[in-house]
Amino acid sequence: MKRGSPMRQRLAAVGLAGWPLLTFPLLGLPEGGIGGIPAIYLYLFGVWGGLIGLAAWIGEQKG
Amino acid sequence: MLSGWFVALVATAYVGLLFAVARYGDARADAGRSIISGNVYALSLAVYCTSWTFYGSVGRATSGGLSFLTIYIGPTLMLLFAGVLIKMLRISKTYRITSIADFIASRYGKSQLLAGLVTVIAVIGIVPYIALQLKAVSASLAVLFGQVEAGVLPWWLDSTLLVAAALALFTVLFGTRHLDATERHEGMVAAIAFESVVKLVAFLAVGLFVTYGIFGGLADVFQRAAAAPELSRLLHLDATQAGSWASLILLSGLAIILLPRQFQIIVVENVDESHLRRAVWLFPLYLLLINVFVLPIALGGLLHFGAQSGYAADTFVLTLPMAHGAEALAVLVFIGGLSAATGMVIVETIALSTMVCNDLVMPWLLRSTWINAQKRSDLSGLLIGIRRVAIVIILLLGYIYFRAAGEAYALVGIGLISFAAVAQFAPVLFGGMYWKQGTRAGAVAGLVAGFIVWMYTLLLPSFAKSGWIGNGFVEHGLFGLEWLKAQSLFGLRGMDAISHCLWWSLLANLGAYVVVSLNTRPDALEAGQAERFVDIFRRAHRDTDSLLWRGQASLGELVGLLERFLGPARADQQLSAYAAQRGVGSWHKLKVDADLVHFAEAELAGAIGSASARVMVASVAQEEDLGLDEVLDILDEATQVRAYSKELEAKQQALEVATAELREANERLRELDRMKDDFISTVTHELRTPLTSIRALSEMLHEDPRAALADRKRFLGIIVSEAERLTRLINQILDMAKLESGRAEWTTAEVDLGEVAREAMDSLGQLYRDKHVALSGEIPDSGPVVLADRDRLVQVMINLLSNAVKFVAAETGVVKVTVETDGGMVRVAVADNGPGLTAEECSVIFEKFRQGGNTMTDKPQGTGLGLPISRQIVEYFGGALWVESQPGAGANFIFTVPLPAADE
Repeated sequence: MKRGSPMRQRLAAVGLAGWPLLTFPLLGLPEGGIGGIPAIYLYLFGVWGGLIGLAAWIGEQKG
Repeated sequence: MLSGWFVALVATAYVGLLFAVARYGDARADAGRSIISGNVYALSLAVYCTSWTFYGSVGRATSGGLSFLTIYIGPTLMLLFAGVLIKMLRISKTYRITSIADFIASRYGKSQLLAGLVTVIAVIGIVPYIALQLKAVSASLAVLFGQVEAGVLPWWLDSTLLVAAALALFTVLFGTRHLDATERHEGMVAAIAFESVVKLVAFLAVGLFVTYGIFGGLADVFQRAAAAPELSRLLHLDATQAGSWASLILLSGLAIILLPRQFQIIVVENVDESHLRRAVWLFPLYLLLINVFVLPIALGGLLHFGAQSGYAADTFVLTLPMAHGAEALAVLVFIGGLSAATGMVIVETIALSTMVCNDLVMPWLLRSTWINAQKRSDLSGLLIGIRRVAIVIILLLGYIYFRAAGEAYALVGIGLISFAAVAQFAPVLFGGMYWKQGTRAGAVAGLVAGFIVWMYTLLLPSFAKSGWIGNGFVEHGLFGLEWLKAQSLFGLRGMDAISHCLWWSLLANLGAYVVVSLNTRPDALEAGQAERFVDIFRRAHRDTDSLLWRGQASLGELVGLLERFLGPARADQQLSAYAAQRGVGSWHKLKVDADLVHFAEAELAGAIGSASARVMVASVAQEEDLGLDEVLDILDEATQVRAYSKELEAKQQALEVATAELREANERLRELDRMKDDFISTVTHELRTPLTSIRALSEMLHEDPRAALADRKRFLGIIVSEAERLTRLINQILDMAKLESGRAEWTTAEVDLGEVAREAMDSLGQLYRDKHVALSGEIPDSGPVVLADRDRLVQVMINLLSNAVKFVAAETGVVKVTVETDGGMVRVAVADNGPGLTAEECSVIFEKFRQGGNTMTDKPQGTGLGLPISRQIVEYFGGALWVESQPGAGANFIFTVPLPAADE
């Protein structure tokens, strides 16, 4: 049996982690605001950007 | 004030630019220098962002706050499952899949029924979506000219039709260049990627303008919104919407693959699998960027125009710049919106026209008597014609729907309704890729069930809401049955209409698919296709393809078929390529075998879809009907053959390992053999030296009886010492041989190593005194005690001490013996201040017959066996013997013997 590519597995792991991070109930956590910007706005774009960064780091590795 | 002519000019110039980009992309592709890179591929995926995103997101944000983000988070997460996408790509490339309908139909036994069903669902779900894009173009024009008297510019009254016509022209030119639908439209993809850049730039520009131009930055917008009571709710997520949030992520995650235009771009237009590695993050990054300013613009618009003003939130991106006199920006935004709309319409129309032509028109055409009457004519032109007509009709349908629906809810809300329609493909598509048991009957049942539920709970209610049909079934349930209320089926309440539809339709779809699949038996073709799709990575598909076809066909008929559908030139080109690949000079000499039939079918599949291709090939080839059992047998056999070959491979590897080991052992043996030869020749040499001198001196005494007494005494003295040396040598050789063969006799007892050292020093004392070499010891008074053979250890000590005295200089020589306990070991060191040893010598002196000093010039001072024997002895007792030395710095011979384990 050929083993699955590690890159695909890492990407899928990021995808699986993204689901709970970007749905309720975790989305109920950020409250209030930071520097006048709502915390939930920062949280959503921050986590989303973080996932994208991880995917970029994994996807652009050699091999 | 914007002039209508100016806008028309800009729009025309922009569309012209699109044509130029597409032309350039095609020219480069024709020249073999594709401009489709990973970046272009990733950008072309952004065809996902239609005018529904460009204008509609702001509108959604004004009512639902951040919930519009779900539509973009879903695709981000879905793309991360790149393994699924790569499997789809591999299957599609291997079997020349032309569309999502073709993919599903091919998996379930190349079923025309299934292909048609998928096409119908797609057309019903998507045409209104195309209409929505046209409406967006029309609405944006209306806003741009809102202040102008309509009568002044009568020509733009139907500007939407003009746009639709331009799009039709573009799509016909760049979307149907080749008959082979699996061939990529690189010019079109390049144009789409270009449009993606334009719409992103336009949206970011208006976002920055609103946030930093009209307001004082992000924080300012949010703070002002928070101060307004009717806006502050948009800044928080409503936890009661948790269910909708999750289902919208799921829905959009499915849509990114299942929308016909996305399937076209992701799968059919893919040039290289590795481009996915870029797309997996670049496309989500695009989505993130295009969404950053949506909420600020929505809030800005509401703050500026007043929440209750009734201003259309969908056009805030246009009205905000215009209200502040930024007309150039408004034109840029208009162009961005035009990009979003046209990109979607172009790709969607290509995808739909391929499906309509291959999966609706072709099956009907192939059955018609007219086509059969034209047996010999070239149909390739007709095929392209059908596809072009399909493009025009689809666009026309979209335009008509747009005109007919106007402001109706059925059009405005179509975005997610379309998503829900294509989500119905998910169970049969993913099930087909990973579950061999899924059957055609199951797929049809699942699709029909899901489609009906979608119609009843989403599409028809949207018609009712538009006032086109009565809304009794929504308000009171069908036939007045309460539990049949369209948007709270079986009393399910508390979620929005889309989530309600999604859960019920997927339940019905998946349920029907699984239950029917488990209760039906696939036919031979289905079973074969299931095997090929699911095991695409494991199967070298060629082998089973040829195994699964048995029958007869004539070359002439097959070639005739290809010429008929591909055109003679293209058929000749493809056949020649195939012949070259098979190593046959001309395709006229090709043997008709299963492989050739498969080649012909695959070529046809690329042009007319797998289902129709199958029918056409079957019409000229007499295929033996393989039963299901036979097919399964063949597949099992193929699996077994693979297993055997794997086993064989494993065995071969084991064999190679064993061979290598044997070779190594053989090397070692030969080395030993050589060493034995060396040993014998060295031993004989060593024995001969003393013998020679004994013999020479004896002969001299024998032949010269009158030799002087003094000479005789001297000669006899030498003879005696040489004989002693000989005896010592022979004793040591015997000793060595015993040690090496393990036949040496050992007596093990408690031995006081300090005493051993002292005894050895005593017995060699005279030798040291004769040479005036200082011998000192640093030895404890009693102990340490080890378990060993006392005589043997004395032998080692004497050997080391006699070596030392041999190599130090007379008068100035110093030798020091140290006995100490170091951890669990007793460490005995004999250090001298002789000439020392080089690193190389440090290792060779432990070999047999190797002596320190220059053996070429100096008289040998020992037998060369002392150290090897000593090492054997020390190692026998579990210790080690080594030397630490550097040239000129003396040598330090050290050996260790383990202390006995402490008694418990």
